[in-house]
Amino acid sequence: MAGKKVSLFVQCLVDSMFPQAAEAMVSIFQRLQIDFDYPTQQTCCGQPAFNSGYRKDATVAARRFIEIFENEAVIVCPSGSCVHMVRHHYPELFADDPEMLARAKTVGSKTFEFTQYLVDELNLSNIGAEFPGKVTYHDSCHLSRGLQINSQPRTLLRHIKGLEFIEMKDSDTCCGFGGTFAINYPDISTAMVDEKIENILASGAEVVTGCDISCLMNIQGRLSRREENVKVMHIAELLASTAGGQS
Amino acid sequence: MSKKIESAYIEGAKKAIASPTLQKSLDNIQDRFGKGAMQLWKELEDQGMRDRVKESRMRTLAHLDIILMELAQKVRKRGGKVFFARTAEEAVAYTLEVAQKNQVKSVVKGKSMTSMEIDIDPALEKAGIEVVETDLGEYIIQLAGDTPSHIIAPCIHMDRHDIGKLFTDKLGIEPTTDPPELTMAARKALREKLLSADMGITGCNLACAETGQIALVSNEGNIRMSTTMPRIHLALMGMERVTATTDEQRETLQLLTRGAALQKLSTYVSFNGGPKKEGDPDGPEEFHLVIIDNGRSKILADLEFRESLACIRCGACLNICPVYGKIGGHAYNSTYPGPIGAVITPLLDGVNKHADLCKGETLCGACLDVCPVKNDLPRMLSALRYKLAYGDNRWNVRQHNVKEAYVYAAWQKAISHSSAYRRMIKTARLLQKPFIGKNNMIKKMAGLASGWTDDRDLPPIAQRTFSEIWDEKYAKRQQQTPAIKEETNNEK
Ligand code: SF4
Repeated sequence: MAGKKVSLFVQCLVDSMFPQAAEAMVSIFQRLQIDFDYPTQQTCCGQPAFNSGYRKDATVAARRFIEIFENEAVIVCPSGSCVHMVRHHYPELFADDPEMLARAKTVGSKTFEFTQYLVDELNLSNIGAEFPGKVTYHDSCHLSRGLQINSQPRTLLRHIKGLEFIEMKDSDTCCGFGGTFAINYPDISTAMVDEKIENILASGAEVVTGCDISCLMNIQGRLSRREENVKVMHIAELLASTAGGQS
Repeated sequence: MSKKIESAYIEGAKKAIASPTLQKSLDNIQDRFGKGAMQLWKELEDQGMRDRVKESRMRTLAHLDIILMELAQKVRKRGGKVFFARTAEEAVAYTLEVAQKNQVKSVVKGKSMTSMEIDIDPALEKAGIEVVETDLGEYIIQLAGDTPSHIIAPCIHMDRHDIGKLFTDKLGIEPTTDPPELTMAARKALREKLLSADMGITGCNLACAETGQIALVSNEGNIRMSTTMPRIHLALMGMERVTATTDEQRETLQLLTRGAALQKLSTYVSFNGGPKKEGDPDGPEEFHLVIIDNGRSKILADLEFRESLACIRCGACLNICPVYGKIGGHAYNSTYPGPIGAVITPLLDGVNKHADLCKGETLCGACLDVCPVKNDLPRMLSALRYKLAYGDNRWNVRQHNVKEAYVYAAWQKAISHSSAYRRMIKTARLLQKPFIGKNNMIKKMAGLASGWTDDRDLPPIAQRTFSEIWDEKYAKRQQQTPAIKEETNNEK
């Protein structure tokens, strides 16, 4: 893979709360001998503001993102919903500004979710990972419905040595996160995440994984409160694991 | 955001979540019909059908004035009467007038959400007219003095035990929970009403301008009887429920029955077009079509929301929505619950008044996927939130939550400068220390995000953020790859 270079777009929640997911992604690029860069000016793509309706504030974030990333060749992000934001909502934000709209579309067309990049762009399925254990996968909504990314993560998971992949029931049903929804409507959100957790437990998996830390944070938060014995890992962490542990 | 919202929506949601009967019914209906519809769309032989119908729905809406005039002309030509009601009040007044002119003493109704929207029953009852719902589900709801909680399956919040008890109380039957026995009891009671009613009031699933007929789909047959047995048939129709041609009407109905009940065709599809003619074995002496605006033309005029009028009220979005699947229909406090209700209720009845409906979903997108006409409800919910965020003149919306607006304004400043942003994260890392509990999770937060920690833990800000790790570990190694840099430059 020498000769390729990606620019890392690290979701704000990953940056501050789950840096291990971004580090795992970096270690995979190192293993694949793909060069990478991390524009340090980046902060947040604007998704939280957009989803809550604060489009003017989200537009500030979007403009910043475009300025920071538009000269990069390939932008890779370990979060489906952020990629969905860039690809699908940035054009909405700049619908009345032809110049920015064109720039937004250009950035969107070269922004990829991590597993999408590995499978669709690099044609990889086995990246030499090894992880012993039973793993189930949660389809995040904006990833699976918005970006149609369903098979890519599964392909990668199925090729991890030692990993037993188990589908859970209703893997593509929303986990109840929804950004400020979880804060403003905790009762509904909890009922939803509890159903997700029942399905995770019923699968018998030891680890639940996914491609979007927001949902995983929600699931982990509830698992922890319920003191359930299931581990939550970002898919990059599983893919970074090798025989000797995480590389 | 800082003060937790306690609203009718949240209260209703809590009540629903606490009801095992309701939770079970919701699980059943979603497992069967929501997933069933998704499967059906996948297997649909004619994969262009949904887009074609959507296109025809949008085209019809673009020419709605002409098509409605055509419809009215055709209905009148068939001997029917047409009334255009601007408001619910006008529709109610007209209906009442028709009833009184004809000395109507009893009305049978065939399931109509529009009749609920305009709230016709109290007006008729006040005028001394008996009103009986004939759709089994609606009949049960009426006996219970309740409101529907699903647009297709109105009494899914009740089980056969509830219904058995209700029938014993109200119809005086022997206690039973056997569904066929209960159905027979209802049938007996309803037959009498149907045979003696002076007037039938129905909705209209889809009218056709080409023929001047309205189509009604049903599975019990009572709706059909409500249109043929009484002397007068009056149909209430939302002004968007029309197609230009019979071909469009047929295709749209085929999607409706699939989306609603996974049926290629419902048991009954009735086409009603005016009063009976000489020699007809049955049919009403008078036929009235009330075409109701009641806020729809305002939606029609706004291209951002026009799509919501393409809805054919199949209820599939309720059957897939994970929020509806937990809170049921009553929490929405509206004739129209679920995702479609969350979009049209605020538009018809006030965005601020129904702010919870705009904000109380996760925008997961399942409703868009299951909708036979691919209505982008998440997009419209997001557009409604935009109006609530800053206020909006066109829809007369006040800024919904000033505090929240401040939070996002501050957020915007914070994310605009990476150095300030990183300092903020560092400060938060210091401040969170006393809150970190068992297994390195935050158990309780105050203020802003306290709703999160009611039932969930939160991971703390990491000892080292990724950008800090980057600076320490990776930043310097970047200069060492000039060859690669060159190559990527060429790719650009
Ligand atoms: S929005 Fe779509 S799925 Fe929902 S009721 Fe209308 S037609 Fe059916």
